[in-house]
Formats: sequence, structure tokens, C-alpha cells
Amino acid sequence: MLGLFALATATFYAVFSAVAYPWNWSGVWKYRHQFGYGWLTTMGLSLVAMVVSILFGFLLMLGRRAPWLPVRMGCGSVVELVRGSPLLVQLLIGHYIIAQALNIDQPLFTGVILLGCFEGAYLAEIFRGAVESISASQLEAARAVGFGKVQTYRFVIIPQALRRALPGTTGQLVSLIKDSSLLSVIGIEELVQKVKIMNAASFAPLEGYLPLVVAYLVVTLPLSYLARRLEGRFAYET
Amino acid sequence: MKLETHAVTKRFGAHAALDGASFTTGEEAHVVALLGPSGGGKSTLLRVLGSLLVPDDGHVSIDARSLPHDEDGALKERRGNGFVFQGYNLFPHLTALQNITLPLREVHGMAETQATQRALELLHRLGLAGHEHKKSGQLSGGQQQRAAIARALAPKPRLLLLDEPTSALDPVMTGEVLDVIRELAEAGQNIILATHEISFARKVADWVVFLAAGKVQESSPAVDFFTRPQTELAQRYLEGLSKYR
Repeated sequence: MLGLFALATATFYAVFSAVAYPWNWSGVWKYRHQFGYGWLTTMGLSLVAMVVSILFGFLLMLGRRAPWLPVRMGCGSVVELVRGSPLLVQLLIGHYIIAQALNIDQPLFTGVILLGCFEGAYLAEIFRGAVESISASQLEAARAVGFGKVQTYRFVIIPQALRRALPGTTGQLVSLIKDSSLLSVIGIEELVQKVKIMNAASFAPLEGYLPLVVAYLVVTLPLSYLARRLEGRFAYET
Repeated sequence: MKLETHAVTKRFGAHAALDGASFTTGEEAHVVALLGPSGGGKSTLLRVLGSLLVPDDGHVSIDARSLPHDEDGALKERRGNGFVFQGYNLFPHLTALQNITLPLREVHGMAETQATQRALELLHRLGLAGHEHKKSGQLSGGQQQRAAIARALAPKPRLLLLDEPTSALDPVMTGEVLDVIRELAEAGQNIILATHEISFARKVADWVVFLAAGKVQESSPAVDFFTRPQTELAQRYLEGLSKYR
């Protein structure tokens, strides 16, 4: 992993030397506080959106497994609509039309909710796949020991589904962090927006974008690592 | 105990696993063996008798007490029973000990220390000392099945229901598990057992219900069934099974 990283850096360096790119880091340095502010905004709103997306995804998954047909169909439609349309359009309509109609003028609030719902629709399907992969004999064993519906979810389905959902969920949360850059369209000055402003002022776009890559990676890589550690902890033979 | 079913029907889609099954055991049936060819309805009848399945039609009673047909009533009823399955069905994310203590605490409201004490007592009795903290994947088939029996016995069930508990085991492990079941039967535990282990059923059961094609073909004291089977189907079944053992 680290070796690969070093190799990528070396290749990068070699390529940039080949085109003799005139580096100019002074502009970036001047805007470092703005950069830090953008990074904190991105990470803060991503964190809240993650919580929203997990809750929303879990509810949608339950809805898609509900015994009542209208609930199942309703949740199914929400998943398909949200997953099937661009986040950009959802943000624009959500903020400029729906939030205005509801008299909410908090782009940060609307943005976090919309981003959470968008990623939650994907998570719902990851969760559903994991839950439905629990074998019928496990469900029968849960009934046989006398568990009710809620107890079956709590003690049998969720602990086993959690591990199976983990790889897909991690990928989705990493996507969420990167997708949060779209929130700039509703006026939130998150990291990418800050870098664009910085680039426009310094006329040195690459010097802004390269730290941007690093700023995302310092969060997404540890997240993936943490998830793999968790998978190992939940490991058991079936 | 006295088991009684009247015209019990259970369908899975278009297939009727039980198709009007009726039988009555004697008043003092202690260990009831459900015998018959595969697909005959043994497993389904076992689940109906244990309230794990609710029949589509018909009537079941145990000691003159009718079994409920609604899901809530069935849940209460089956909390008084213990089940053991062919595929063990332990919870793989839990240790052998936790498999037993979790239902004791969450379903039967037992305190942690008492539940652990009860679980350890059973695991030791069933020869699983030293394996308490292993997950099911780390246990052999015979050990898993004995842990499953311990889980079923832990809440002191009125009725222990075993669905082909040795069909997935090799002969040595089968012996281990049958020893345990025999000891339980001798200790007075009420047992319903679906099995193909005909010589074991002959030793342990005191009543036999013989099923084929979703119907009860014969229901008689074990001695009578094994010495004088009434139907041709049962005769052929017994001959076929005892041919090589």
C-alpha cells in the first residue's frame, strides 16, 4: 500500500518534471486558512450527512421489507428515483424550490439532508442485500429460540448483516465525502469551492488541486483502513 | 403427554407438505418418533407440533390443550419448546456459550449470572467443557449439534423437538449425539424426534407416527409398529431401512 503510494508519487513527480511545470506555491500558501476552513466544512458536513444517510438507508431498507405493499412500493420508488437522478438536479430543486417553499433558508442544513438522502438510497440497497443474504435457517433458528421480530433483527440479522454490508458501505461513505463537493452549487463554501476561488485568484490551478487530492485522501484512506479493521473484528466462519 | 392432530394441512405454494394429517397418541407417549420417507411431511409436522409453523387448516392439541393459530399465540407457545435442527443452526457470530445465554436473557428474562451458570452446566454435561468460548465455525459437527441441544434444553422446555438431528453427521458424531438424546429420554424429557435412524428410534421411542405423502399412515406404540407394521408402505419402509444395518 505504502509502496504503491510512493510509486504513484514518483511517477507524478517524473511526469511533472518532464513538462517542466512552473510551480508557484505562494498563492496557495496565502490562502491556507481558507483552505483549512473549506476542509473543515467538507468534513463536518460529510460527517453529519453520513449519519443522515445511514439512518435514511436503514429506514428505506426496512420499508422495502415491510409486510405492507404500499410501503414497500413507496420505498422502492424513492430508492429508484433518488438513485436514478443526478445529485446536482436534486440539490438545485431541493434548495431553490422545495426549501424555499418550506421557508428554509439554511443551505448547509438543506445540503446535508439532501446529500444524506442521496447516499442513503444507495446504502438502503447495500443494507437490503446484506439482510437478505442471511439464510432462512438462521431466521428459523431465531424463531425457534423464541425471538420476536425486533429481537430477530437486533440479535441475529443486524450483527450478521453488518459485516456483509461493511465493504459496500465504506465505499459509499467515501463517495459521500467526494460528492459533498457538489454542495457548492447551493452556495456552500466547502473545500472544492474554496480551491476554485483560490485558483482564480492565484492563476495557479494545479497548486490548488494537488493539496485538494491530499486533503481528501487523508480522510478517505484512514476510513477504508478502519473499515477493513472492523471487518476483521467481525470475522467468523460460517 | 398426549398428542392429537385432526386434518392438519400445511401448504407451501401449491405443494401440500401436510395434507389432512390426523393421529392420536396414547396418554403416556414420552418419546414420539416421526418416521417415513423424505418429503413425507415429518419436518413440517414436527414444526407444527412445536408451534414453529401454524397450520393452514386443522387442529392440534397437546395434553388436551389446543395450540393457537395466531402468530402471537404461537410465539408464546414455542417459547416453551426447544428445537434442534438438522443443520445445527447455531448463531455463527456468537460463541457456544452466548448461543445459550442470549435467548435465556432476552426471551426468558434470566439474569446474566444465572444464564451463564445454566449454560455452563449444560455445556459440561454434554461434553463441551473447554469449548465454551468457541464460535460455531470452530466446532466439529457433533460438537455443534450438542451445543444446539444445550441451547434447546437451557430454558427447561416442556417439549424437545429434534428434526433429523444426526442426518448431517458422520457415524462417530451420530453416536455422540444419539447418546445425549437417549440420556435425555431416560431422564424423562418429553421428546418428538423426526429421524431416519430406525434402530435408534426402536430403542428410545415409545410411540411412532409414520408419515408419507403428507398423511399419517400409521400411529401406534413403538413396539407394535416395529413388530407388526399395519400398512404395506410401513412394511416396505422398515425393510428398506433395515436391509444394511
